[in-house]
Amino acid sequence: MNDLIPQLYRQEYSKMVSLICSYFGIDQIDAAEDIVSETFLSAAETWGLKGIPANPVGWLYKVARNNALNGLKRSRVFRTRVRGALSDRSSGDINPPELDLSLNHIDDSQLQMLFAVCHPSIPIEAQVSLALRVLCGFSIDEIARALLTTRANINKRLYRAKERLREENISIELPSAAALGARLDAVLVTLYLLFNEGYYSASPDKVLRKDLCLEAMRLVYLLSESPLSRPDVPALLALMCFQASRLEARMNDAGDLVLYEQQDRDRWDPDLIERGNTYFVKSCDSGLLSRYHLEAAIAWWHTRFSDSPEKWENILMLYNRLLVLEYSPIAALNRAYAFARVYGKERAIPEALGLNLDGNLFYHSLLGELYAGIDDASALVHLRAALSLTTLPAERAIISAKMTSFEREG
Amino acid sequence: MKEFALIFRIDEGVPVTTVSPAEMQARMTSWMDWMGGIAAKDRLVSNGNRLGVKGSKWVGPDKLVHDGPYTEVKEFINGYTIVRANSPEEAAEMAKDCPILLGGAGKVEVRPLVAPDVNE
Repeated sequence: MNDLIPQLYRQEYSKMVSLICSYFGIDQIDAAEDIVSETFLSAAETWGLKGIPANPVGWLYKVARNNALNGLKRSRVFRTRVRGALSDRSSGDINPPELDLSLNHIDDSQLQMLFAVCHPSIPIEAQVSLALRVLCGFSIDEIARALLTTRANINKRLYRAKERLREENISIELPSAAALGARLDAVLVTLYLLFNEGYYSASPDKVLRKDLCLEAMRLVYLLSESPLSRPDVPALLALMCFQASRLEARMNDAGDLVLYEQQDRDRWDPDLIERGNTYFVKSCDSGLLSRYHLEAAIAWWHTRFSDSPEKWENILMLYNRLLVLEYSPIAALNRAYAFARVYGKERAIPEALGLNLDGNLFYHSLLGELYAGIDDASALVHLRAALSLTTLPAERAIISAKMTSFEREG
Repeated sequence: MKEFALIFRIDEGVPVTTVSPAEMQARMTSWMDWMGGIAAKDRLVSNGNRLGVKGSKWVGPDKLVHDGPYTEVKEFINGYTIVRANSPEEAAEMAKDCPILLGGAGKVEVRPLVAPDVNE
């Protein structure tokens, strides 16, 4: 029971903030966060003194509602806006609105918040921090640790994001049918990034990274179950399930990154792979083929460990199609790797060199890998370049290990 | 950077009946690899279209409708792709790996797209 409050905090904080904002406007997001934090604080004290209530979640929502109403009654906003709206209906008397606490309504307010947070006018990295804060209930400290930056930095991003929400007068509601397509695109990009931040994070905090991935998946799931869903939503969810199936295996007990080839297959999660299959089938109902479909298909091949020629031929074909659909440097680099697996390193070197991604960490790591055994001097040059491009201990360790293996042989 | 159309031309007279399914698969793969390679350099503007032969017609100034694709010599246009390049030479460099050249009967024509504000 000693992690009850942290658990509830992670689980309910974001829902409570979204719920309050859905009533009083997203410009009240700071007030909403204060109210919810206050609620948790008073829970800690009250429960400590009087014991844990039979229904802790119900208690939290009830107290948060009262705090919200009391707080907002005092504020200028309440006087001018909320009160104005209320007195229209009820001749001057202030009847505090009942907060609808049904599960449906809580989900709806989370979805509305999701669209507000992922508004295109907010810079993407600020979106990620804001999503972690108000949609996933991460503390500032946790966000800083997960994104490997400072608390001050995160505070700055959050401040800017919230200011943007106010300046642009972004309302907390679902986008109109006309705007839905583009807005949903933006939401998916942010959730995809959120997942990757957790999946590829070099943060030594394994639990935190996993939480981040699971939260991203929860939000995509929420979206996929809503009437707003599109075929690329379950495709993204399938992609995340396939990737997440290796979460446990990607890190050893010491917290070091384990490369794909060295992973213990027994630690891959068959249930997640199965769920991924289900979502993928669902995503293929319509003829739509999005980048998430292609990426999910690539991720599916990676859930099969054995290195058949078929596997790499398919992965290469999928990367070809993905790049024709949408260019990204990381897809280009992954394609070059797949190319090497199909046609050999020698033919892949000119392909990789042609990418012109000088100064990109993964470009140099890849060339280090491709030149190995063919031209070790060039391999070393690229590995050295890669090493100079990262300060993260986990990445440096892997690059250094490769360099030592050359120096020993050469 | 400028945009160029890479136009695939192929000899009319080459028989296609002898191509085995395995060769077809290989041919498809080489097209995908070629296109993917250009896209991986962020030089693909549009993957363009393949143009069919069957069911094609051409109409001359006399407004008579003729069957088949229009062939001035004995080659016809089989498709096109649009790429981005710094110079025609660079675009031609990309064309060198085009699978249409593999059979020995194809050519790639590199033509700059004319921007509205350029009078050439």
